[in-house]
Amino acid sequence: MTIETDAPDDVVDPGPLTTGSRTTAVLGGVALVAIAVLALFGLVLSPADANQGEAVRILYVHVPSATAAYIGCFLTTTGSVLYLWRRSRWWELVAFAGAEVATLFTVITLVTGMLWGRPTWGVFWVWDARLTSTAMLLLLLLGYLAVRRLSADYEVRAKRAAIVGLLLVPNVIIVRQSVQWWRTLHQKPTLFSNGLDSRIEGLMLFSLFTGFIAIALVFLWLLIHRFRVAWLAEQVAEEGLEAAIAERRAEGASA
Amino acid sequence: MWADAWLVAVKDLRIEFRSRVALNQVLPFALLVLVLFAFALDPDRGLLEKATPGLYWVAVLFSALLALGRSFSVESADGVRDALRLSGLPPVALWLGKVLSVAIQLLVLEVVLGAGIIVLYGTSVTGWPLLLMTIVVATVAIATAGTLYGVVAAGLRVRETLLPLLVLPVLAPVLIGSTRAFEAALGGTPSEGWPWVGLMSVFAAVYVVAGALGFGPLMEET
Amino acid sequence: MATPAPPPTDNAGRADGAPRSGPVVHLRGAVALLGRFPALAGVDLDVAPRRIVLLRGPNGAGKTTLLRALAGLVSFTAGEATVLGVDLRADRRAVRSRVGLLAHGAGLYDELTVADNVRFWTRAAHADAADAEAAMGRLGLDGRLRDVVVGRLSTGQRRRASFACLVARRPELWLLDEPHAGLDRDGRDVVDAIVREASAAGATVVLSSHELDRSIALSDEIVTLAGGAVVATGVDDVG
Repeated sequence: MTIETDAPDDVVDPGPLTTGSRTTAVLGGVALVAIAVLALFGLVLSPADANQGEAVRILYVHVPSATAAYIGCFLTTTGSVLYLWRRSRWWELVAFAGAEVATLFTVITLVTGMLWGRPTWGVFWVWDARLTSTAMLLLLLLGYLAVRRLSADYEVRAKRAAIVGLLLVPNVIIVRQSVQWWRTLHQKPTLFSNGLDSRIEGLMLFSLFTGFIAIALVFLWLLIHRFRVAWLAEQVAEEGLEAAIAERRAEGASA
Repeated sequence: MWADAWLVAVKDLRIEFRSRVALNQVLPFALLVLVLFAFALDPDRGLLEKATPGLYWVAVLFSALLALGRSFSVESADGVRDALRLSGLPPVALWLGKVLSVAIQLLVLEVVLGAGIIVLYGTSVTGWPLLLMTIVVATVAIATAGTLYGVVAAGLRVRETLLPLLVLPVLAPVLIGSTRAFEAALGGTPSEGWPWVGLMSVFAAVYVVAGALGFGPLMEET
Repeated sequence: MATPAPPPTDNAGRADGAPRSGPVVHLRGAVALLGRFPALAGVDLDVAPRRIVLLRGPNGAGKTTLLRALAGLVSFTAGEATVLGVDLRADRRAVRSRVGLLAHGAGLYDELTVADNVRFWTRAAHADAADAEAAMGRLGLDGRLRDVVVGRLSTGQRRRASFACLVARRPELWLLDEPHAGLDRDGRDVVDAIVREASAAGATVVLSSHELDRSIALSDEIVTLAGGAVVATGVDDVG
């Protein structure tokens, strides 16, 4: 079976013992700096919100995390399509890594959402459109991962997971749409309206912006590492085919 | 191809007819769920009445999981999967046949459950066109999506736990939509229900296509 | 000898007795993997039309995998592999409706009767319904036995039912994995008779067996498999 070689240069060589490289070291460094800047602006320099108080600071992580999760899902579906269409293992691993990182960010979104909700609404959970959709997203991702992590041959796992992955984005769209309709056709009191409707500007807007940058960098760093780990794992599994064939024939010669 | 699909559907229904699993186990299970809801929700306080549409569709979904699991466990007999691949039946026909068989069983289930809620929960039925259309569209949606994910989980040791995890989140929009449509019909405001039927039709269309395309590749395994 | 053009075959791939040009099976260095394990590690095999070929060898030699691979169920990952003129490495699905495989697994629905099963599989293969009835009769699945649910049958009866499904399809290439196993002496005689008739009618048969005396008498050629490769071939002079 041929393996796509358009992966980052330092991955083609089956030799490396770690998944780090110059690229990821630089990326990681920049990400750390971005996180520091985010902490500075988000926690210290930007003001508290008139309505939400200090809780607004959580949104600087919550909103970008949600976006990161959706981007991860998009990668999963794209990778799944390309795997089914072109049999590209590289893209299949992108799909897998994308799903795992998306799951992480979905959990972060849910947790930060709940942490934001407590001081703002007084409760940890409400069945509003956004939170509910995010919870559904998590379940859909867990389903994909359950299939991808089966104990079976790579081909079996990959193909089945790819079908599930291919449908991930359509499912997410349909679920979001139905949850949205559901929650807006029944008008709930404005107590539960999402605080993001209020105007956000100035330093708060800048903090949100740095949030996006920082999360994007962390997302990318995690994605590359996760991809490489998966890549190496599959490489290891494949090694020794020639030796296995020779062994098999020797078994026959002695029979 | 349609003849092949019908052949497969008839075969599945004949298996059901001889083994009577749906009749003896799935149907009673569905009615049992309705009864359990009554225990949990105390009929005297009006909760049961208000929740009827949702409870109906939850019962349908849980029972559908059993029916879908059964549809694939019959194919797990020794050598049957290989025989299907060798038979020359086009995978699309095989998929369609299975969808038809599951859909027919679900329709019977839904009718019986409908009688169940009328009798057990005292529901008074209005808005027939919306009710019937909802049942038809939801059945297609459940059968197509369920069969596709059923194949994904088929033949695996973990099938029984994997299938619900895959199917229930995917079918959540169907639950939301059909419940809202039923509420609209029973509440006398059918115009609010039809958009939901539209949404579920889109869902069903997506899965008809996905199933037809995905079933073949999924059957192929070394 | 001038070879006529290959005979036209319909969807079910029935052999109509005319000789075809070229070998029915042609393998060179064929490798097939089961997961990571090279079940077939470079098989060289040629089977001419209308021959009955016996595959023998120790357990684990790859006989079952070879039969399944020839049926297009297992893919070849290296070497040349052509069956009935179809390149299995390019498209192994194309050959499936033209071969018949009698596998270890019965391939029958336990909840349905013998007749239901044979008729279903016959219709699925677009073969003649009359052939289904004839096949059941030939294999001693008569009268009340046809209406018995497969789950209640003995091993031997189940084997006969599986064989009936294959016979009814009239494939060009018969792949039989231990056809004698589980059958009593009468059953084995019937199997032998059917195999000889099929070969005479133009089909090619490849069978594996541990039942050597009977199988050697039945076959035209013997191929010995070990360690996923062919280690010996021989033309059988007896019978």
